[in-house]
Amino acid sequence: MIAVQSPASVPDPRTIPSNAPEHCPGTESELAGKSDACAGCENQETCASGATKLPDPSLPFIKKRMSSVKRKILVLSGKGGVGKSTFTAQLGWAFAADDSTQTGIMDVDICGPSIPTILGIASEQVHSSSSGWSPVYVQDNMAVMSVGFMLPSSRDADVDWGDLDYLLVDTPPGTSDEHLSIVQYLKESGIDGAVLITTPQEVALQDVRREIDFCRKVGIRVIGLVENMSGFVCPNCKNESQIFKPSTGGGKQLAKETGVEFLGAVPLDPRIGMSADYGVSFLDEYPDSPATTAYLDIIDKIKDILHD
Amino acid sequence: MSLQETAVTRRLRHVKHIIIVLAGKGGVGKSSVSTQLAMNLVASSPTAKVGILDVDLTGPSIPRMFGVDGKGVHQSSDGWVPVYADGPSAKLACMSVGFLLKNKGDSVVWRGPKKNAMIRQFLSDVRWGTLDYLVIDTPPGTSDEHLSLMEHLAGVHSRLSAVIVTTPQAVALMDAMKCLSFTRAVNLPVLGLIENMSGYACPCCGEVSNVFSTGGGAEMARKEGLRFLGSLPVDTELVSLLDGGQEGELGLLSRYDKTPSAKLFKEILNGILESMQDS
Repeated sequence: MIAVQSPASVPDPRTIPSNAPEHCPGTESELAGKSDACAGCENQETCASGATKLPDPSLPFIKKRMSSVKRKILVLSGKGGVGKSTFTAQLGWAFAADDSTQTGIMDVDICGPSIPTILGIASEQVHSSSSGWSPVYVQDNMAVMSVGFMLPSSRDADVDWGDLDYLLVDTPPGTSDEHLSIVQYLKESGIDGAVLITTPQEVALQDVRREIDFCRKVGIRVIGLVENMSGFVCPNCKNESQIFKPSTGGGKQLAKETGVEFLGAVPLDPRIGMSADYGVSFLDEYPDSPATTAYLDIIDKIKDILHD
Repeated sequence: MSLQETAVTRRLRHVKHIIIVLAGKGGVGKSSVSTQLAMNLVASSPTAKVGILDVDLTGPSIPRMFGVDGKGVHQSSDGWVPVYADGPSAKLACMSVGFLLKNKGDSVVWRGPKKNAMIRQFLSDVRWGTLDYLVIDTPPGTSDEHLSLMEHLAGVHSRLSAVIVTTPQAVALMDAMKCLSFTRAVNLPVLGLIENMSGYACPCCGEVSNVFSTGGGAEMARKEGLRFLGSLPVDTELVSLLDGGQEGELGLLSRYDKTPSAKLFKEILNGILESMQDS
């Protein structure tokens, strides 16, 4: 494989140079190098030449790397703290439960990477090999790459994933720079779809609407919506109550309104958070929890939708 | 220095204190804490005037929490008029990118410089007027928005302080530490740490479960020499109140007063006010 590609030779994917003026239209914009704000900017000539609007030169390279990955799934949520990373990790574990399925997890949350903690590999380091960075292996068939392993910067292109059946990409909340970059990089090699995670209350749902809008804007298929933290079973009296009340009908209603598949609702079990803190698989530890059943049903549905 | 007199400093000349609410992780209740902080500050004195600025550009929740969802911002000759959550008494001014979106499903997909420009406008073009406190609700992490804020507020740095919100579990505490190192890097005084979602009382039997474990916040505050402002349990009444989005002029404040959180937050507010006097 291409072994000598040095990261420094690849231009920064963010379309705004650090020395750009305040109203920089973005180097990919039609106005690049031509707007009023560009006057006096060091990059004006380069931008005006149109070179910046050409596809990123690292795209074919990424495409090649990603050609050995069969399914690429994004895990998105509008709001933070709804359980994206926990869900990603459980989904990873569930795929990897089948020994013959190779699974990869990529954590692109630059500001708050939690995947290493949840998977219990926070102290691991990434090794550099001749064919790129080797991901960290949680078990034989589950590879993980996170910015947490190599702060402050990471480049997904250089990870040597090998043959994978599934690559799950855990993203930061919102619709931001990281999302644009990942979509831009992975679109070329094909994203199979996005799973959206929400909690039942309207504040979170509002953000999911924005996320669906984002997916439609950039042309990513929405596999479906998962409602997390949906109800709480008291360990004492076993009665279920709603912590985050679905004041506007919750995820199910939203899925109906927006024509998105509703994958299921996962109740809140304090043991889920505990498993995440200790880095163990919730599905293996507590097979009798209603949350485990819900997770497994959702994972089956995702597989069905992807025809696997 | 020419930095001293900018559009931002001119606009914020009559703002006495600026409190930035930070959290490393998303969904720990930053916006709900900001909302409660603003409401408590309004209630702290009969003449108090408070502003709340939501700089979470890609996921604004402040409009919904104050029940002013769907309101618009008006342009006046003297700048944008904020939305007053308390109606005509005009003691609680809100500004959010949510007010500028036509449709609640619209997404804001912006990169750094555009966010930077928006934040500058929020600070310099909004008719904040005279305020005792301006509470700034930030997006999770320490990102473009935070750097922009610090840059634009450089001229009023002496009036800035921060409150950090976390939940008790390890994943969130790790992110809260990053927040803390950010405040140290930019020399921002931290008034204290709030532990949110610390336990949940079953409405049926009253048994308190530690949904996201407990005590992590107090422990972190002790280790880092921060003031621990208090812990707030998950309060379903508060969730419904803030999520309901009901319109009601004086409704919100008086209804908030009846929630269990309101009582706990009074203590937290006292801690914040004390820290402010010390600094």
